Amino acid sequence: MSDKIRIVNDATCTFCGCVCDDMNLTVDLEEHKITKAENACVLGRAWFKEHGIEDRPFALIDGREATTDEAIEAAAQILAKSRYPVVYGLSDTTCEAQRHAVAIADMIGGTVDTTTSVCHGPSGMAFQGVGESTATLGEIRNRADLLVFWGGNPAESHPRLFSRYAVTPKGMYIPRGKKDRTVVLVDVRRTQSAAVADIFIQVKPRRDFEVLWALRALVKGRRVDPSIEQVTGVPLATLEDLASRMKSCRFGALLFGMGLTMTRGRHFNSGALLALATDLNEFTHFVAKPVRGHGNVTGADNVVSWQTGYPFGVNFSRGFPRFNPGEYTTVDLLSRGDADAALIIAADPGANFPQPAIEHLKRIPVIVLDPKPTHTAKLAKVAITTATYGISVPGTVYRMDDVTVTLRPALPSPYPSDEQVLTRIEERVRELLGGNRLPPLPVPAGAAA
Amino acid sequence: MLRIVNGRIHDPANGVDGEVRDICIADGRIVADVPPEARRLDASGLVVMPGGVDIHCHIAGPKVNLARKLQPEDHRRDVHPRTAFTRSGTGGTVPSTFTTGYRYATLGYTTAMEAAVPPIGARHTLEEFHDTPVIDKGFYVLMGNNVLLYRLLEQGRHDEFRNALAWWLSATKAYTAKLVNPGGDEAWKGRRNANITRLDEKIESFELTPRQVIGELIRAVDELGLPHPAHIHCNNLGHSGNYETTLETMRIAEGHRAHITHIQFHSYGEVPGKSSHNPTSRAREISDFVNDHPNISADVGQVMFGKATSMTADAPLAYMLARFGDGKWVNADTEHEAGCGIVPFAYQDRVYTHALQWAIGLELFLLSKDPWRMVFSTDHPNGGSFMSYPRLIRLLMDREFRREEMKKINQKALHGTALADGLDREYTLNEIAIITRAGPARLLGLANKGHLGAGADADITLYEEHPDKERMFGAPRHVIKDGQFIIEDHEFRADHEGRVLHVAPDHDPQITEVIRPFFEEFYSMRFSNYPVDDHYLGKHEVVPTAKQRTTSS
Amino acid sequence: MEGISLAETMILIGGRSSKQGTSLCAGKLGSEYMDVSSTVEMNAEDMARLGLKDNDRVRLRSATGEAIVRCKAKPAKELPPGLLFIAYGPHSSALMTGDTAGSGMPLSKNLDVEVEPIDGNNTEGSRAG
Repeated sequence: MSDKIRIVNDATCTFCGCVCDDMNLTVDLEEHKITKAENACVLGRAWFKEHGIEDRPFALIDGREATTDEAIEAAAQILAKSRYPVVYGLSDTTCEAQRHAVAIADMIGGTVDTTTSVCHGPSGMAFQGVGESTATLGEIRNRADLLVFWGGNPAESHPRLFSRYAVTPKGMYIPRGKKDRTVVLVDVRRTQSAAVADIFIQVKPRRDFEVLWALRALVKGRRVDPSIEQVTGVPLATLEDLASRMKSCRFGALLFGMGLTMTRGRHFNSGALLALATDLNEFTHFVAKPVRGHGNVTGADNVVSWQTGYPFGVNFSRGFPRFNPGEYTTVDLLSRGDADAALIIAADPGANFPQPAIEHLKRIPVIVLDPKPTHTAKLAKVAITTATYGISVPGTVYRMDDVTVTLRPALPSPYPSDEQVLTRIEERVRELLGGNRLPPLPVPAGAAA
Repeated sequence: MLRIVNGRIHDPANGVDGEVRDICIADGRIVADVPPEARRLDASGLVVMPGGVDIHCHIAGPKVNLARKLQPEDHRRDVHPRTAFTRSGTGGTVPSTFTTGYRYATLGYTTAMEAAVPPIGARHTLEEFHDTPVIDKGFYVLMGNNVLLYRLLEQGRHDEFRNALAWWLSATKAYTAKLVNPGGDEAWKGRRNANITRLDEKIESFELTPRQVIGELIRAVDELGLPHPAHIHCNNLGHSGNYETTLETMRIAEGHRAHITHIQFHSYGEVPGKSSHNPTSRAREISDFVNDHPNISADVGQVMFGKATSMTADAPLAYMLARFGDGKWVNADTEHEAGCGIVPFAYQDRVYTHALQWAIGLELFLLSKDPWRMVFSTDHPNGGSFMSYPRLIRLLMDREFRREEMKKINQKALHGTALADGLDREYTLNEIAIITRAGPARLLGLANKGHLGAGADADITLYEEHPDKERMFGAPRHVIKDGQFIIEDHEFRADHEGRVLHVAPDHDPQITEVIRPFFEEFYSMRFSNYPVDDHYLGKHEVVPTAKQRTTSS
Repeated sequence: MEGISLAETMILIGGRSSKQGTSLCAGKLGSEYMDVSSTVEMNAEDMARLGLKDNDRVRLRSATGEAIVRCKAKPAKELPPGLLFIAYGPHSSALMTGDTAGSGMPLSKNLDVEVEPIDGNNTEGSRAG
């Protein structure tokens, strides 16, 4: 084997929340790219193929090429001067980088928020109210004889959720694989995921809450009026059948996606599903799992939670963490024109956010860290090219079920990692401020430790 | 370099009980002497103890983080502002990580052991440890419901069992093996939320009983010569009549060391003929057994009135608690390893069972003949927050205060307990030093902690003498960690990174060829990605096994 | 202006698709991603009624924004009448409102949008083109 080719086994794909750690990569060190990713799904193959090393400017300041050092200095100056900055993104970077992002927000009295707030944030809010019965993916693989996929299309967004973790694989108590499982798919349209479903249930748009609530009633033995069909599009008999299957399975799992969080009801929908899973534990063992989109959004949730007590949308202006979705979440901070600076790491709100938020991003100084050119980088004052996590950068990531994996980077990169850049920004801001910025207002009596 | 003078020293491990002596520190350790030009700290009026050692608490890892996320209402009430050099955070019964470290320091604690982590959660726990400042810490790894160990035991493969255990402890950087409701997880996950209730009952899907699992783990840990024995959360926690399970479990040890944790929750009797609604106290029987068996140690697991969070690897227990209440509940199964359940909780002095639990905890403390083996804990945050430790100390040291508190609780609960018989004992400062420092350190096998002799880590707390012991122990004037002032004159002076304490028992490296196939077939991650890389340890210390101690000296 | 205005209100679902996922790896400023995220799937009968064929342009208008995209027919089995599907991207984002109703989450699924053909048999655009 030529020493221009390297094989990396058991590498991790971080494209989606499946965080598959069984990638066997063939790396062409001469061409600076990954030529093969054994075990990857179509999304993973694209992820590895397209994140070779490209020749790009190390940084741009006001659209002109600059060095990383210059960009770090410019970024630090912006943050030190700002009064209500937001640090956002973080779902496609390592935990090591995420920790520094939170540290920066804490130091300057800004807000730290992650893409969770526009993804499963509502599920996190529902969790705070209801709790959650859940399990690692290995439990689902080895025990689940009933799977209900709700409001998601894993065939296109998380292909190996079906093939590696939940549907097709055999398990310790599921010796025949898919034959020993019943798969139910619930959605407003019949997607490609229906190919693996034994039962497909089509719900009228914006009526998931009513369906979930009716199921809760049926599980508890209450009467549900047949008019439920008119409201939801789902016949009562179908719901009765599903409730009965859920109660009589040995180990059931509800895996749910953005179809619940991004529509009318948001956290009420997630809450209804979590409550249903909880209710079912009176009869059998039942778990729920929010299916997470990005490779390390779960890591972001965990890091922000352990450092502050809250999972996302955390503000430090008064000297301590405060949590209030709608107030300290980034779409709102931007749409209302509150934030006066933004540090965006590994996310592209310039493409994914509502227009009013994007308009405000154009008005304030924005610092972006990203391996690729993005819509956000185009409107940023300071854009720093960083190396891609998992492909070039080592670190820790969390799978959608909170299992941690240590990355095995395959391809050396000339660009710095997010962690390196954020560490230096943090140090420089600390120099400029002379330590943590202490808020001018007194802390209310009784609040301090 | 530092010389502490004029302080009254309480160092029970070295037989010093309130004498005024110098304590000298150099290079992070206590030394016999320092040159005359060394800084002097005048400790007149101060009581000097080794830093506190918490033998059982829940402060870091996947379970704790779920409980943190679960209770924003708890955090809002109790904020922890940043200072010029310390991080902000939030409190309540499950504080954020920085706040956890700082607050232990403000109580004069310098070491704490996270009590239950599944192996697959070890990396997460170490990440949280990294963000838990000041204190030294370690964790106990859950092995009592481990499916591969069950398979090996079932097949009588004792050597491989022991080697696999050693491998797991090393690979996860743990401190000892933890057992929680052994045998319960298989019933919970595999038989529609059932549980196991008898030590000789067959474990679901296995030709094994809890008795066999407990015995094998106790012996294996002993054979490995770990500094701390198997740490056991007995079956039937919380159930009336469970004291018999506890006695049986302790008997299984048969002379080997075993540690029974939060033993208060396992000391209940029942009224014959009546159901679980009328538990009674069996603290006397439990206390007698522990007193009479030097191989057994325990921590009390005192309940303190007020808010708590029940967070436990005993998933069926948590579900039972959740169904009593009306509120939120978290359950999290971990493949082939463990389970966990979380329920916000509050102990009320009016409620019979809560008052009984409170009384039983105090009975266990006050009836104990050997404070070295019945040490201090509230199973934070299950019985109450660690912030309630000063109050508990006052309850033990001040019988007037205790009597006043006893008047406030459900009086029916008091009847039949030794408290009602006028148990008048007051703990001395020396005994407090034993149960909160010297004892736990000795039980943990931490030779350099819990005492102030030469060679010890310079983890020292200086309390202001005060008749109100809650006040005294709630706000030490100075806290020194590794020879550095963390708190001086009640103010934070520095941030500090503590060490991770872990064991690395020798084992046959070939054991991975026994573990790997099981992994490949049943786990959802690759075996090569499972063990925790050393770089997650940060500052750390390997505590040697018995064999490693003798070969190194 | 002559011609019949055939604007209809439909429900738009933004979401992930396999193509959207693979093309975004190549880069979100790249043509493949822009193509994928500017294509709206529409029920075949709805398209026929609106005089549209694959690749015709339509204007989608929400309460707060609008986007011009190309349409693609889907059988009723896969996409019920009255429903539209578009892969996430700048076009779908343009239709979202910044008001999150105090939740932090802007609605990006099941949005009411007005659909107005630009190309196609029954429009000005087609007559002009």
